[in-house]
Amino acid sequence: MARPMTMAEKILAAHAGLDEVVPGQLVECNLDLVLANDVTAPIAIKKVAEIGVDKVFDPTRVLLVPDHYTPNKDIAAATQAKIVREFAHEQGITHYWEIGCVGVEHALLPEQGVVGAGDLIIGADSHTCTYGALGAFSTGVGSTDAGVGFATGKAWFKVPESILFKVEGQLRPGVTGKDVILHIIGKIGVDGALYCAMEFTGSAIRSLSMDQRLTISNMAIEAGGKAGLIEVDDVTRAYMDGRVERPYTEYHSDADATYKQVVEIDAADIEPCVAWPHLPSNTHPVSESRHITIDQAVIGSCTNGRLEDMRQAAEVLRGRKVNPNVRCIIIPATQQVYRACMEEGLMEVFLDANCAISAPTCGPCLGGHMGCLAKGERAVATTNRNFVGRMGHPESEVYLASPAVAAASAVAGHLALPEDLD
Amino acid sequence: MQFKGTVYRCGRDIDTDVIIPARYLTTSDPAELAKHCMEDLDTEFTSKISQGDIIVADENFGCGSSREHAPIAIKAAGIDVVIAKSFARIFYRNSINIGLAIMECPEAVDAISNGDTVSVDADTGTITNETTGQTFQAQPFPPFLQEIIEEGGLIARTRKKLGVA
Repeated sequence: MARPMTMAEKILAAHAGLDEVVPGQLVECNLDLVLANDVTAPIAIKKVAEIGVDKVFDPTRVLLVPDHYTPNKDIAAATQAKIVREFAHEQGITHYWEIGCVGVEHALLPEQGVVGAGDLIIGADSHTCTYGALGAFSTGVGSTDAGVGFATGKAWFKVPESILFKVEGQLRPGVTGKDVILHIIGKIGVDGALYCAMEFTGSAIRSLSMDQRLTISNMAIEAGGKAGLIEVDDVTRAYMDGRVERPYTEYHSDADATYKQVVEIDAADIEPCVAWPHLPSNTHPVSESRHITIDQAVIGSCTNGRLEDMRQAAEVLRGRKVNPNVRCIIIPATQQVYRACMEEGLMEVFLDANCAISAPTCGPCLGGHMGCLAKGERAVATTNRNFVGRMGHPESEVYLASPAVAAASAVAGHLALPEDLD
Repeated sequence: MQFKGTVYRCGRDIDTDVIIPARYLTTSDPAELAKHCMEDLDTEFTSKISQGDIIVADENFGCGSSREHAPIAIKAAGIDVVIAKSFARIFYRNSINIGLAIMECPEAVDAISNGDTVSVDADTGTITNETTGQTFQAQPFPPFLQEIIEEGGLIARTRKKLGVA
């Protein structure tokens, strides 16, 4: 019988054709899916040519999502998108999304049922760790690894140690998945899970919807994590059943599996928080951040651009106006989220509040387009990084928060809680 | 492989957004990326360094985005080696894959200052601070990674494995 293993270890062992693996072991694995976007795919495509193969390993398992600078922001971006488009057509890639169908990759792929539990996925985008929320082992890599993945369907991995985060108890009202993950990153630091698989468990995690869980796994990389896994339960199954296009496999950590560390968190200790510049670990309670005025609010991204995020923002913005000193930019992460916002009347709420609504794109999250910041400007954003220059000028600032806090701040003109508006 | 150069010293958590800001990611041309290397950390970085210089940093160098443009920009800017207390894992992997020499050695980092002259023997992992005369031993790469490095990076290794080399 195999040694007791964590779910991360079980997924890697299964894809390496081994009964068991141990942390530190180097294994070569068969990949279920390999992903790249309009920034990273052009280099990966060049690598495929350098390797000298004519065809990708499986055109149904290579995913190309042009989401970062699309709709094309300039000629250079259009040129990159064209490289990806032509490669997709020439190779017969089944999972390529054109503008009008595309969404932010880590919102799009779960929504479209492309990723599922038990999958082993590499993506040339650091937030590929998002799919851990579905019980997959998915991790970000560079373009060369992705190119080799395109060509061979394989990648090497060092089996990571796992860290277990047990969040027990009931979350306070107004506390979202975003606050949970910011709280954890604030506690352990931006390299607190370096080289490790993070596994989130506990009654508070189980109480969260899929959209909230995807937000948590999405930001595992901001603690240096290689993956951010959540055990499959009824919530996951309800989300995946009828949606995931291939059969999925559940892997559950053994009760006596070995963890590098177990971090116990009382859900009641988590309050709505904001990560101040210039690290996601620089977290402060919103209640101690009200003196910070803002010029812009961005609500969207692979972290918080899903339907539930849009609903949270709309609930706060309903019947209110964005502060005249603030630009509020709403970016539904996919076409499906966009449509649902229309059908539920959220678009009307956003328009009535004087928000600008963008087509799905990563856009301002990485200072690409659709809302870059000038020198000295400050934004609250539901995105994932607040590094120097992340959203524009190197002397601008980004504060990371939940959709509800971002929306409340847009109305108040400074960092605020929704209840501050009453 | 032997290297010798002047040290550009930086702190911890140097992220890939400051190494190469996303506003320049609409190209993957190494020469173009090199022009903007580290510019959000130090606007004079490219004029301060010379070909063959060495970056020495504290913990978690290269955190953030998976952009391979980051090690490409550093290499194309003329930096031969990065020595750090630790590296973010995607940056670490990318550096090995594209052939940027990296070494983990906390003791050496603590004993190296900006402007020191440092020599490195990447094969043995020996780091010498020529300015102070101190010598340090970096952690060796696991044999598997050493193999990738010796074969000339992941692409060369893959070609060999597939028999197209």
